[in-house]
This record gives sequence, C-alpha cells and structure tokens, in this order.
Amino acid sequence: MKTLHGQFFFAAAMGVSLLLTGCNKPAGSSAGGEDTIKVGEFASLTGSEATFGQSSHKGTQLAIDELNANGGVLGKKIQLITEDNQSQAGQSSTAVRKLISSDNVVAVLGEVASSRSLEAAPICQQNKIPMISPSSTNPKVTEVGDYIFRVCFIDPFQGTVMANFGRKTLKMNSAAILSDVKSDYSVGLAKFFKEGFLANGGTIIAEQKYSGGDKDFNAQLTAIKAANPDGIFVPGYYTEVGLIALQARQLGITVPLFGGDGWESASLVQIGGAALEGDYYSTHFSPEDTSLAVQFFVKHFKEKYGETPDAMAALGYDSAMILADAMKRAGATDGAKVRDALAATKGFHAVSGNITIDANRNASKPAVILQIKDGAFKYVETIAP
Amino acid sequence: MNVRHAKTCLLGALALCLVISCFADRINGYWLNNLYDIGISIILAVSLNLINGYTGQFSLGHAGFMAVGGYTAAVITNEFGALNFLAANGVFVVALFAGGLAAAVAGLLVGIPTLRLRGDYLAIVTLGFGEIIRVVLQNVQYVGGARGLSVQHGWTNFFWVFGLAAVTIYVIAALVNSTYGRGFIAVRDDEVAAEAMGINTTKYKVSAFVVGAFFAGIAGGLYAHSKQFLTPSGFGFMQSITFVVMVILGGMGNMIGVIIAAILLTLLPEGLRMLSGVNHLGWIGETRMIIYSLLLIVLMLTRPQGLFSFKKRSH
Repeated sequence: MKTLHGQFFFAAAMGVSLLLTGCNKPAGSSAGGEDTIKVGEFASLTGSEATFGQSSHKGTQLAIDELNANGGVLGKKIQLITEDNQSQAGQSSTAVRKLISSDNVVAVLGEVASSRSLEAAPICQQNKIPMISPSSTNPKVTEVGDYIFRVCFIDPFQGTVMANFGRKTLKMNSAAILSDVKSDYSVGLAKFFKEGFLANGGTIIAEQKYSGGDKDFNAQLTAIKAANPDGIFVPGYYTEVGLIALQARQLGITVPLFGGDGWESASLVQIGGAALEGDYYSTHFSPEDTSLAVQFFVKHFKEKYGETPDAMAALGYDSAMILADAMKRAGATDGAKVRDALAATKGFHAVSGNITIDANRNASKPAVILQIKDGAFKYVETIAP
Repeated sequence: MNVRHAKTCLLGALALCLVISCFADRINGYWLNNLYDIGISIILAVSLNLINGYTGQFSLGHAGFMAVGGYTAAVITNEFGALNFLAANGVFVVALFAGGLAAAVAGLLVGIPTLRLRGDYLAIVTLGFGEIIRVVLQNVQYVGGARGLSVQHGWTNFFWVFGLAAVTIYVIAALVNSTYGRGFIAVRDDEVAAEAMGINTTKYKVSAFVVGAFFAGIAGGLYAHSKQFLTPSGFGFMQSITFVVMVILGGMGNMIGVIIAAILLTLLPEGLRMLSGVNHLGWIGETRMIIYSLLLIVLMLTRPQGLFSFKKRSH
C-alpha cells in the first residue's frame, strides 16, 4: 500500500510544484521594461564569511546610492537586488538563478569567496549576463567564460608581491610558510609566494600546514622555530592568523609574520593583539591613502555607516562603479554590449587604484602593503603590477 | 498493493516526467532549480529513510555518500567535450550509475567494520566517515582540493531528477514491502529477537547501507550536474543533518511523510526568501535562517513522532 500511495503522492507533488512555477512565471516576465535598471548582488551576508560579505555589500550599496543621487545611469535609477547565500556551498547558484530568472537583472555583482563565485559564474555565462566579482582572487573564476570579470588582483600577483616585499624590502634570506590546506586561497598564495621567493634567490626552509578552524598551532610553530627563518608567510584568514601570532610570540618566535588580504579585518587585532605588532600584509586598499578618490569614498562611507571602510567595502564599491561606467560607455544595459564595454575598461579611476581590465578579464592594478602598528593598520607602500 | 500495480504507477510517473521534461524550458530557471533541489532532496531523504527509518541504524554520513557519487560522476563527465543529445544522456546515465556504485562501495566499507556497533556508536562512526570523505576531497588536487571542482556539463534535467526520484521511491518501497525487506523492519524493532528468528542482522544492516548509499550517490551525481560546481565544504556534517531532519520530521520509516518533509524543508528557505521580497516583510530576508531554525524547533517539539505520522504504526 505504501508503494501505491508513494506513486500517487509523487504525481500530486509534481502537479503542485508545477502549479507553483506556473504562478510564478507571469510575475517574472512582466518585470522588464521598467524605469529602473536591475542589478543583482549575491553575498555572504550571514555565515562564516559574513564580515567580508557585509563589508562588500555596504560598499556596493553606497556606490548604487551615489549613482542614483547623481541621476542614475542612462537616465534610469539602479535598483540593487541582494540575495544572501549564507556562506554555504550550493546556495549561490540558487540565489543567482533567482536574480537572473525571476528578477531579470541585467548584471550580477558578487562574491568575496572564490568558491562561491565559481558556483555562480557558469550560470551567468550561460545566460549571457555579465558578472563582476569584487574580491574573488582565485585565477579560475574569470576562466569560466567571457562574461565573468573581477575588479581585484589575483592570487599569483599577491603571492608574488609578498615574495618581492619579503626578499627586497625586508631583506629576508629565508622564509617559512604556514598555510591553510582547507582554503584554496591560502594554498594558492603559498604556491606563488614560494615560486616568487625562490626566483629572487631566497630559500624556503619550512613548510607547515594547518586546517581552517584549528585552534592550536604549537606543533607547526615549534617546527618552524627550529628551522629559524627570517620571516613566516601566513596566507590564511584573520581568525587563525590572530591565534598563530599569539602562539608564535609565546613560543619566542620574534621574526615578522606576513600574509595576504585574508588578514583584512578589525577582528584580527582583537584576536592577535600585541602579538601582531610589526607584521605586514598585502591588500587592495588603504583608507590612509591620500588620493582624492579614496578620501571621498572614506568620507561618504563614514557618513553612511559610521565606520571606516575596509578593502572589501572598497572593492564592492568599485565593482558597482565599474559596471555603471561600462553601461554608460555601452549606452545600453544589454548583456553583450555591457560585456564588451567592461572588457574595454582602461585606467578606470577606482577607489582601489587604477583598474585596467586585461585580456583574461582580470583587473590589472596595484597592491598596497600595510603594517600593524599600535593595533592599527599603517600604510607602508604601493606596489604596481 | 500488488507489485504489478506499483510498476504501472512507476511507469506512469516516468512518462509524466518525460512529458514535463519536454516543456521544462518554459519553467522559470530559478523555479526549475528549486524543483531539482526538491527532487534531489527526495532521493536523499528516501534513501536515508531506508537506513535510519526502516532499519533503525542511525547514520550521519549521508552527505559523504552523496559527495562520493557527485565527485565520481563529475570526474567521468568532465572527460567528455560537447556531445549530442543522445550521447550526452547516455554518458550521463553511465556516470550517475558509476557514482551510485562508488557510493555503494563506500557504503559497504562503512557497513562492514561497523557491524558490531549500535545506536550512538554507529552514529559517531558514520559521522566520522562523512568527515573523512570531506577532508580527503579537500586534499586531493585532482578534484580541485579545497577550491572545488567545476562540472562542465549541466545535464541534469527534469526527467532525470524526478524519474530517478520515482525509481528510488519504487525500489525502496518495493524492497521494504517484500518478504526479504521485512527483515529490515525486524532489525529495527528488535535486533535480538530478529537474530533469534534466524535473520542475518549483519547482512541486513550492510545491505541497507549499500542500497541507501547507492541512491545517495545518484543524487550526488544529479546535484553535481545541476549546480555545476562541487566544493568539499558543501558535503559537511550540517548537510547530513539536514537529511536526518527530513527523515525525522517526516516520521522514521514513513515514506510519504519523508517525501513531504524533503519538499517542505527544501522549499521553506526559498519561500521565506520570496516573502522577503514583499513590502514590509523585508526583515524576513535578514532573519530567514533564524525563522527556519525556529520553525524546525517548533515542529520537533509539537510533532516529535514525525510531522505526518497520524496513526501508530502497525507491525
């Protein structure tokens, strides 16, 4: 009997689900031809990477507000539709499908994490909707197809920049690497750091690994201490980096730690405290930059949210601005035309440095190196590509 | 009741899926995606129901089996370039089947050493298994490691998702209702008594794991070719818990209840997402996962026997 019921029920369930889709369709298709340009955004507003997602979203929202206050784009206001993916795998594709199919957005902005951008990218590519990732640094993201762009630099560049910085500016002869095997970002940075450092005549004398979420790094740090490097490259995220710094100093390791933009969070100093003094990391943007564009952005951001913007906010802002610029130059919101305009972007004056989109749809732009001093992030230097 | 009737129903369901599949391109992409998610959840929940519900073994590793199937199928189809319609579907079926088999082998591997374990202990072992799969995938560069694996082909369609869901329901219902299948229920109700009656409890437990894992593997393959991107973090402990919740909410060993629960739990977050688009309900968008969790707590408190168990099961 159960078998029979199962089948009947199954047919009924399909009927119901079809009804649902049937009801939804008119709502979706009537959305075109309005006085607003719909732009979709998918972001990790909740979950493990929420600090990044929230920052990025605030930046994007600020850009849209400013554009609308100045009359919008092509005489129309921009409507930003934001969907949360809870920092979870499998959610981004649903969110982006909703944005494209139900909301009929003309372009998609997102994500911070590369793995979630990679999930959304094929869908945007198939639907010929331009997608701009604000801060996914993994090279694979834009390799998905010719509709996928980014406004940040990619992992190889950041790894190479830190290798040059360590070797040339800090005059290190040897370095140790402590990377997070769970994160592709960390593994990628470590790989390109190693290549760059070796190419410059340095030696890597210890390579240790941890897994994101670990709390105890004493085993790895003890091994690194025994090798006695001139510096330790830690291309991880802020939670673990803070703990690593604390435990390294407790073990009596005094050489500087340095890493990539995964360090970028106010929580870093809350966790690591004084242990992080004098350490360096590379990032996209510094609010201390004296250029006019940066100072305007910082001022407006503070007025709106009452806090100082970080790199994710700047990149979120840039992703929306570069899209608006492309739409203006294309004179249309049509996917193919916007794509062509985006691909032709040259020397766009963005908050995070001048952006030129290269042949692989990656942003060619400078990196900023910051040092942690008295619990704050101090601007050290800008390294051009 | 009889087998022939059920077979007719299965064929009817398959034909219906095929017809709907022909018109699937008219369905809004977002809703089609939700339908696929529902179908995949049904396969996973129903197959887990065989292990957790009918056989009474508490497994927390279902996402692990799903990962094995998904990655296997994806690795196979990634070997092929663009194919015509027939070849694509042919390759897809083979890949799905291979994914199912790989997962079944994994099910066998978990099943055999855990024979002597019961209840909580088994739950811990299966939990460990699920985590091992995830960590292994994270460290195998061939399948992309932590970055994840891009799946070239989006071959999942309405027919395959719901056709295979119908097959899963049919096979598991037929299995449990067969003479052989009564053994599963006997193992659940009283293992010692079942053994005394001459039932090989070990064999039943292992076969429940193998069959359950097989269908989870198939669901993994469908998931891979629907999302077109796999990351190890998508097959974590929380994902397994979601399927366990579907089974418990539907009522352990209650096929229809479990199917309804799978549909409900898949639609609920999306329904809340839709509600947040309505004026004055924007706050739902920010709190939808909290509402979702609260609803789960309320449901469990008010219907601990399962949402859709209205009468006491008669054995």
